[in-house]
Amino acid sequence: MEKGKGLARRWAVELYDASSSSSHSSVSDPPGFTRSGPDADDATGARQRKDSETAWKAQKAWEVAQAPFKNLMMMGFMMWMAGSTVHLFSIGITFSALWQPISALRSVGKVFEPFKDPRVDTLAPKLVFIALNLAAMGLGVFKLNTLGLLPTNASDWVSSLAPAQEVEYAGGGIPLH
Amino acid sequence: MAPPRHLLLILLAAASLATLAAAVYEDQVGLADWHQKYIGKVKQAVYHSQKSGRRRVVVLTEENVIASLDLRSGDIFWRHVIEKNDPVDQLGLSLAKYAVTLSMGGSTLRAWNLPDGQMIWETNLQVSKSSKPLLHFLSNSKVAKDNLVLVSAGQWIYAVSSIDGVIAWGKEFSLDGLEIKQVLQSPENDILYVVGIAGSSKLNLYQLNAKTGEVVKHIQESFPGALCGETILGSHNVLVALDETRSGLFLIEFKGESINYNKVHISDLVQDLSGRVKLLPLMSNGIIALQASSTVSLLKLKGIDGLEVIQSFEQPAAVSNALTITEKDEGFAVVRHMGSEIEFIVKFTSDVSNEVIREKINIDQHRGNIQKVFLNNYIRTDKSHGFRALLVLEDHSLLLVQQGNVVWSREDGLASIIDVTTSELPVEKDGVSVANVEHNLFEWLKGHMLKLKGTLMLASADELAAIQALRLKNSEKNKMTRDHNGFRKLLILLTKAGKVIALHTGDGRIIWSNLLPSLRASKSGEMPSALRIYQWQVPHHRVMRENPSILVVGRSGTDSAAPGVLSVLDSYSGEELNSLKFDHSVVQIIPLMLKDSSEQRLHLIVDSHYRAHLYPRSPDAINVFLHEIPNTYFYTVDIEKNVIRGHSLQKSCDLSSDDEYCFSTKELWSIVFPSDAERIAITETRKMNEVVHTQAKIIADQDVMYKYLSKNLVFVATVSPKAASEIGSAAPEEAWLVAYLIDAVTGRILHRVTHHGAQGPVHAVVSENWVVYLYFNLRAHRFEMAVIEIYDQSRADNKDVLKLILGKHNLSAPITSYIRSEVMVKSQSYFFTHSVKTMTVTQTAKGITSKQLLIGTIGDQVLALDKRFVDPRRSVNPTQQEKEEGIIPLTDSLPIIPMSYVTHSLQVEALRGIVAIPSKLESTTLVFTYGVDLFYTRLAPSRTYDSLTDEFSYALLLITIVALVAAIIFTWIWSEKKELNDKWR
Repeated sequence: MEKGKGLARRWAVELYDASSSSSHSSVSDPPGFTRSGPDADDATGARQRKDSETAWKAQKAWEVAQAPFKNLMMMGFMMWMAGSTVHLFSIGITFSALWQPISALRSVGKVFEPFKDPRVDTLAPKLVFIALNLAAMGLGVFKLNTLGLLPTNASDWVSSLAPAQEVEYAGGGIPLH
Repeated sequence: MAPPRHLLLILLAAASLATLAAAVYEDQVGLADWHQKYIGKVKQAVYHSQKSGRRRVVVLTEENVIASLDLRSGDIFWRHVIEKNDPVDQLGLSLAKYAVTLSMGGSTLRAWNLPDGQMIWETNLQVSKSSKPLLHFLSNSKVAKDNLVLVSAGQWIYAVSSIDGVIAWGKEFSLDGLEIKQVLQSPENDILYVVGIAGSSKLNLYQLNAKTGEVVKHIQESFPGALCGETILGSHNVLVALDETRSGLFLIEFKGESINYNKVHISDLVQDLSGRVKLLPLMSNGIIALQASSTVSLLKLKGIDGLEVIQSFEQPAAVSNALTITEKDEGFAVVRHMGSEIEFIVKFTSDVSNEVIREKINIDQHRGNIQKVFLNNYIRTDKSHGFRALLVLEDHSLLLVQQGNVVWSREDGLASIIDVTTSELPVEKDGVSVANVEHNLFEWLKGHMLKLKGTLMLASADELAAIQALRLKNSEKNKMTRDHNGFRKLLILLTKAGKVIALHTGDGRIIWSNLLPSLRASKSGEMPSALRIYQWQVPHHRVMRENPSILVVGRSGTDSAAPGVLSVLDSYSGEELNSLKFDHSVVQIIPLMLKDSSEQRLHLIVDSHYRAHLYPRSPDAINVFLHEIPNTYFYTVDIEKNVIRGHSLQKSCDLSSDDEYCFSTKELWSIVFPSDAERIAITETRKMNEVVHTQAKIIADQDVMYKYLSKNLVFVATVSPKAASEIGSAAPEEAWLVAYLIDAVTGRILHRVTHHGAQGPVHAVVSENWVVYLYFNLRAHRFEMAVIEIYDQSRADNKDVLKLILGKHNLSAPITSYIRSEVMVKSQSYFFTHSVKTMTVTQTAKGITSKQLLIGTIGDQVLALDKRFVDPRRSVNPTQQEKEEGIIPLTDSLPIIPMSYVTHSLQVEALRGIVAIPSKLESTTLVFTYGVDLFYTRLAPSRTYDSLTDEFSYALLLITIVALVAAIIFTWIWSEKKELNDKWR
């Protein structure tokens, strides 16, 4: 798992480097070197590149936005497995199901940072992302409810209600002998 | 399904479900519990003869106990507590082998083996019931081979062999109203003289053949005046009888053929004759003792010509029976009070003017006057006679005095406890000496190391014994200060003798005792009676510095119309702070919920004219009370008239208007039970100090039911008149039991249920919103326990969550009984195996912990029965949700789990009452059980979920923590090193 991840990242980095080095070259062109292609071509090429980049960004943003969905399914499955009785496992699952969406929602800006672009509309993916996370949280809350840990019943609000005071007092009984 | 707040509790309930019985392990016995054995006030004592070589005494007590005591230490060798319906009247020794007792008005004769107390034989005699049956031992065995015991009761006389209990002969004198008073033996042993009184003035003398019981001769003599029935034998042929007015003595001589008599006026002999004159059963050789209210006089008999006063002793004084010392000499003891000391005088009847012994003995002032003396002699090493005596004092305690010292004493007043209350101990002062702790640190560590060894099973047998000894003598539980858990308290007991005794709950030792002067017998012979004991002042915030105090209420006489007396005692020292004699009688005492500014609880005392008197008598109290008068009611249960009446209070007494602490009452309601169908058997209410945690009961599927919680709920059970007597006296068709739930303010009957074929005795417990009662089911031939739970239907629709969240509900509004709220009742009944003496319920500080019924069984043990067994919602097949809630599947009878006996292997003889006292620790309740014996223990109905047990090994915890910290540090260093190495690579 660890290895695979590392490999994937390295590959992705290389790809990124290849695409970005052409547009924002930090290294100046060697003397006498002119970029090939006519000007017009250059302009359309740049536009094309920019278009493809924004398209790619938008696509990525959508991918990121949809990522919680898989999580949601997985969580649902885990919850179903955990059952509806209160024990350590089910409580752990439920709380992680609640915690993950919350932490994701808190870092929603950070998640979409790489796709920030004036021409890329990240609002829709953000909304989807938020909606999906809210759904995950809803699932968590639903789980909490099925566990009986949500005060949704009247019983939860009166269970420790002290007895009402009595106005009258009557003592007495069988006379003492 | 669990609501969040009760998650923990539910978990705990689930944990305790696995073990419904919370018993103690064998090695835990005596850690938190103690048991004390008593015998009660001694009324007869017989010493073992010197020949037997055992220094023991057999005593018969007013608590119906026969016991053999060690004369050296006062310890009980053996003891038999006889049932109350079989009162033992007489005790004697026969053949120096058996203790013979006569009980049930002379109809049952039993012989007990002296060394071990086993019953040797029992003989039932058919007699006419007599108030004072007699037991007489024929002095030697010339008559028959086996020594005969003579039993006389009413018109009957029996001779019973003392070896096997076979009746040798029996004789009924066919004379109406004859009451045998004395049985004498002729010096030749073959003739028995039986003296009886018929009517009130006819003296009858029968001469019987001792072998066959045939009447040889019968002489009857009529007296000019009536006799009161008190007779004693002056000498071998002179009888002294008191006349009806108790002012004259008849001296009656019977000599073979005839009866001669002479009348002597007591006023000629003794000057002061106020009060009741009594003849003291004393001695032969012509000496008698006469007790008047101010003096005890020794009189010498001069034939029948008259009497001569030898000596008079100022009261209080007591005279013992004569003790045969040599063939012709008899000794007797006189004990009198001399200031703070007592004087013990022994004289011989042959020479009354001389004193053999005169000793001064110091005794505890809180024991009162001496009431009985039992003299015994022993032979000293120099062959002279030594004397010792058992003294019975006013507070029912028993002392052995010998050679001017009190050898031992027994506090036997504790066998007759009337009422119990508790008091907190003083708060521990600040600045506990650290040195003390340091001094004990080594011991502490050693103790814990030992315990650790025990836990790890490394301890040897010796060490195990040391661990057990350490646990048992844990000094922590016996401290005289309040503890964090509220286990250390004072149990304050009121005894029949009018003595108040405080016991420490740690080990049951007596902290203080006080024989209340107002409850001591007066000179005029009036016997005051103690009634109740209450907490009078329990200081909290403002008056924290003051000591708590208790209230004792009694009567100055045995009659219910006698004026009452009141004493206030300091709980810490037992000193009497205040004492008051009422000018009214005491019929009911009602502790109110109110307190005055000094935190004294207000009490209403109702007299026989239905007038209520407020105590304490202070302007402050009356100010507090005046506001509450319209809301204060009381009810009386008249068992004879079969009526329950409710009363309200009115501003002032109509008779003595100047007494502002007196209130007249007005009858508001009455419930008259039809006398031909129902008789009141029992009434029961909730304990006043009971704390209820919540008014809601959550049932399966998150539904809520609201409990009907009212302190004014009275449970009344009536039985059909035919079923009012013993079990078996009524057929199932004519026996029924009706249970009522009545509101004591308005007299409204909330619920009524009839059990056909059921009868008493009924025992009941009312707590929270339920009643559990026990009766006998005649059809099933078994005891049956029924439960009624009451729910308030008018609150049932308070189920809107939003309203509850916003607090828009009326659940916390004060409730009044005049809103006739609808109630819903659930009930169920189960068979129960034991017959029951008393029943109560555990109480905890906050009322959260589940409850247990404490049942005093016929075997004098206390059984703890979980309330969940008497839950009307039990069904044969509970649903999954109900099971999770803890509902036990329904069975027809309640299980008796041997491990749930609170008293484990001990018995609380003649069990009369069980008191449950909440401790500060919510899980734990203190249980005090009393009868002839005392027993105290701690109970945790749902286990001690809120504290670590005593067995918890702190050393193990400490070691684990240290080991963990060490491991963390070690692994941290190790990983640092490894990381460094990796970086260098």
